[in-house]
Amino acid sequence: MAKVSFREELCKGCELCKQACPKGIIEMGSHINAMGYHPAQVTDMSKCIGCAFCAWMCPDVVITVEKEGKA
Amino acid sequence: MGVVFERPKSLTQQKFHYCPGCHHGIIHRLVAEVLDELGLQDRTIAIASVGCSVFAYDYFDVDAIQAAHGRAPAVATGVKRSRPESIVFTYQGDGDLASIGAAEIIHAAARGENITVIFVNNAIYGMTGGQMAPTTLVGQETTTSPQGRNPKNAGYPIRMSEMLATLPGASYIARTSVHDPKHVRETKKAIKEAFQVQVEGKGFSLVEVLSACPTNWHMTPVESLEWIKNEMIAYYPLGKFKSAEEAK
Repeated sequence: MAKVSFREELCKGCELCKQACPKGIIEMGSHINAMGYHPAQVTDMSKCIGCAFCAWMCPDVVITVEKEGKA
Repeated sequence: MGVVFERPKSLTQQKFHYCPGCHHGIIHRLVAEVLDELGLQDRTIAIASVGCSVFAYDYFDVDAIQAAHGRAPAVATGVKRSRPESIVFTYQGDGDLASIGAAEIIHAAARGENITVIFVNNAIYGMTGGQMAPTTLVGQETTTSPQGRNPKNAGYPIRMSEMLATLPGASYIARTSVHDPKHVRETKKAIKEAFQVQVEGKGFSLVEVLSACPTNWHMTPVESLEWIKNEMIAYYPLGKFKSAEEAK
C-alpha cells in the first residue's frame, strides 16, 4: 500500500511525473489550478507502489509519498 | 503509513518562480536534501549567482549572499576564509560560471578553495531570453545563433568540468544529469560527495549538472529529457573527473 499526494497549488503541469511513473497512473487533471495549469493527479491509487519516481522528477516539490511498512 | 518522500527542511515554503519543467527545482531540492542529511543547514551559507537562479536565496532556508554576475566563487572564497567553520556553496548557471565568471571559477579551483560549486549547465542563457552561451552545442539554435551555433565564428562549447579537472587545486569534479530518476539519484550522490569533501576540508569541489531549459529550447519538458540524453550527454560525458581520494 502506498499513497502519493500532490500540493496542487504548486503544480505547473510539466508532466515529468507522468513520464516517470512506471505504473502509468499519473494524468493531468481536466481542471486548472490558480496558476492556470492542469495539475497532476493519480487515476488509480491502488496501483501505486510508492517508488517515488514522480517525486524525484518533480521540479516543484509538489509530491509527498507515503508507504506502508516505512517508519 | 510512513513518509518516504517529502519536502526537505533546507528549502523554504516559497513557490519556485521557474518555468514548467525547468530542472532548477530538482537541483535545488537535491542540494537541500543533502544539507538535511549531512546536518549542515545551520552552518551553511549559499552564494547565489546571476541568471534564472538569482532568487536562490528565497528558496534555500540558509543564510545567503547574492553575488555580482560570475563572481560567486570570489565571494564564496571571502566568506569561507573569514568563517572557516561555515559550509559555503555557490549555485551558478553556465552563462554565469562559464562566461563572465570563467576567471573566478578557474582561480578559485586553482587555489583549491574549500568551497562547493553547483554548476547548472543547460547550454543556453535562460533568464535573458535564450541567447548562445559558451556551453551551447554546435548547431544548436538560439536567439543569437538562429542558424545554429557555427564553430567558424562562435567557436566550440567549453567542457568546464574537464578543463577544471586539469588543475591540481581542484579536489572533486563530477558531471551528472537529471533527465530520469536514476540520474537524479546519481546527481544527489555526487552533490553529497562534494559537500563531504568540503566538510572534511579536502578542498575545491564542483558538480556540473546537465539540465533542461524547455522554454528557450522550444521543447516540451518531456522532449527536453530526450534532448539531454541524446544530444547533451554525447558532448558532455557524465562521470567523475576527479575524486577526493586522488587529491593530494
